[in-house]
Amino acid sequence: MKRFFRETLPGRVLTNLRVVLGSIPLLIIIGLCVGTLHRTNRENLGEDADGYPVPNPYYFDGQDLPQARHAPSTSRPLLYFGTDGIGRSILSRCLFGGSISLAVGFSAAAISVTLGVSVGLLAGYAGGWIDAGLMRVVDVLYGLPYVLMIILIKVALDGPLSRFLGSGPAARLVVLFLAIGLVSWLTMARVVRGQVLSLRGQPFIEAARAVGLPSWRIFLFHLLPNLIGPIIVYATLIVPQAILQESFLSFLGIGIDAPMSTWGSLAADGLTTAFLPPETLWWRLLFPCLLLAVTLLSLNFVGDGLRDALDPKRDTAKI
Amino acid sequence: MIRRLLLWLLMVSLATAVGWWGIGVTMPIDSAGVARFWLVVLAGFMAMAGAAGLAGQLRFFLRRAAQLPVILIVIYLITFALVWVAPGDPFQQTDKAQSMAVAERLRRDFHAESWRSFLAYYPLHVLASGDFGPSMTNPRATVNDILRTSLPVSVELGLIALLIAIVVGVTIGSLAAVARDGPLDWFSVMVALAGISVPSFVAASLLVAVFSVWLGWVPSNGWRAGTIGDMILPAISLSLLPMAYITRLTRVSMIDVLSSDFVRTARAKGLARSTVVWKHGLRNAMLPVVSYIGPAAATTLVGSFVVEKVFNIPGLGQFFVTSVQNRDQTLILGTVIVEAAILLALNLLVDLAYGLFDPRIEVDA
Repeated sequence: MKRFFRETLPGRVLTNLRVVLGSIPLLIIIGLCVGTLHRTNRENLGEDADGYPVPNPYYFDGQDLPQARHAPSTSRPLLYFGTDGIGRSILSRCLFGGSISLAVGFSAAAISVTLGVSVGLLAGYAGGWIDAGLMRVVDVLYGLPYVLMIILIKVALDGPLSRFLGSGPAARLVVLFLAIGLVSWLTMARVVRGQVLSLRGQPFIEAARAVGLPSWRIFLFHLLPNLIGPIIVYATLIVPQAILQESFLSFLGIGIDAPMSTWGSLAADGLTTAFLPPETLWWRLLFPCLLLAVTLLSLNFVGDGLRDALDPKRDTAKI
Repeated sequence: MIRRLLLWLLMVSLATAVGWWGIGVTMPIDSAGVARFWLVVLAGFMAMAGAAGLAGQLRFFLRRAAQLPVILIVIYLITFALVWVAPGDPFQQTDKAQSMAVAERLRRDFHAESWRSFLAYYPLHVLASGDFGPSMTNPRATVNDILRTSLPVSVELGLIALLIAIVVGVTIGSLAAVARDGPLDWFSVMVALAGISVPSFVAASLLVAVFSVWLGWVPSNGWRAGTIGDMILPAISLSLLPMAYITRLTRVSMIDVLSSDFVRTARAKGLARSTVVWKHGLRNAMLPVVSYIGPAAATTLVGSFVVEKVFNIPGLGQFFVTSVQNRDQTLILGTVIVEAAILLALNLLVDLAYGLFDPRIEVDA
């Protein structure tokens, strides 16, 4: 048992204080947001005896005008976080928006792992003009302002993708995921390439080649396992970045489409009413911001902890 | 010593060239002005190349300098392609119902009947005259005018923010490294994590809530150039993210440096602790920070959309967003090229600055 925690990789990860401290709030928030999706993303609860739809009070866009601008109260779950100007529960909107924010983060991480790792592996392993060409592409993309890129990609993808997926909200979400994912793979590609370059010169790769293993085998079974550490670490750090970028986009009004919500768009809506003296709806700003900050904080915590646990060379310089 | 001086000269001249470029782009200029502008650029490059040559970095510098225009052209082409693929028509974005004839005439004026005619005309026109032409959606405003009024605001805000980030970040980071595992160290880790985790608009609204609404010390929005009260809150909220990274980088590399042999030797021969930390330690610990400052400066200087929106600042950010939404090609291309040029120039500057902080480093592409 002791040996497991001290010497094996999963053991080191599980006993890292930062990983544990970060993943507890993270898992709670993910559980709450995703676990309540079947309530918050359901407009009606079925039909009553006369065939009229029964509105679901927990629906993220469910309006209850008499309750508009209600301050947070503990009397009903719907009012825990208060309501907005047209009586929608901030709690429902935060939970539903949280699922989208988290999905943006994780899909961006997935895209950048796929794209970044393939480009990095190819560039590092092939070398020569392939390497030079790919890395110049990465350089150029680094030179482009990323906010502009996200907006442009989003706009450019909108047309072609809606032909495949229809123009419903789901298609627009996919476009958003893709746009953010497509700008966040650059660092991953550079890191993987650097790692491959340093691995390629090592004796065990040479030995593998000497015994006549085919390239794909060396690729999959000898290079890739040695890259898992940095890949996981950078993937973990991409998630908060992507969530942050989405919140900026939504804040600028170009992210998600109303009436859907994300933490960023909720904060943006909240900001407009938070500081107007006659009625300061501070709760509209506070709760989404709080959720966003706690999530990002714990994701960064986990990422840093993973880096400590997976990268022994970093031991002297941990933060 | 002379070598270092030359390097400084080099950087100053590069900065001047970039500045002149900025002025050249943002001034409504005649052909004489264009000629003067290219002359200044050329002179700047010659001066830099000369200094770099004396400092033994000519090859590196020339290679990088030659790459700059190529990268700019590629960036231009990518942006161009994305803009033309994107659906929407810049000439029918106004609220007034424009007749087809008006749109048609505008399209002809801009040579924008097809992407071929636009590509054949516009880039050459910009290179030859230094004039990005009028904005497509609002032909009464020229892109140069927009850049001239809004770029200085963004740059001023960004520079102040960067200054705050560097000064505070380096100070906290190195103090934390000196008192490792102490309360200050924990504080620095918290600062770093908070800066990375709290979006700038959240930080900005917190600052507004406390200092404008509650205490009433400074206005909550608006921008009058040169008034500290207007600039301090936006600058602080913009500085948090780079500050976090700088704190973290300084701390990590300072810890590395302070545990190295030469620091122990310096202490052993009787130098004061403060001398060792601030003179020997800090200078060697600055390398990763310097390499971060390049991209950070670029994003801080021109990437402050969000903060500009919170505080209602008339910077470049709003045009980035509205120009893309309106498919205003001339404005998009103008802003992208200006930002990319600033970013690339800063990165080159940073690569050259490595030698200044660590003479052992042979800069090489």
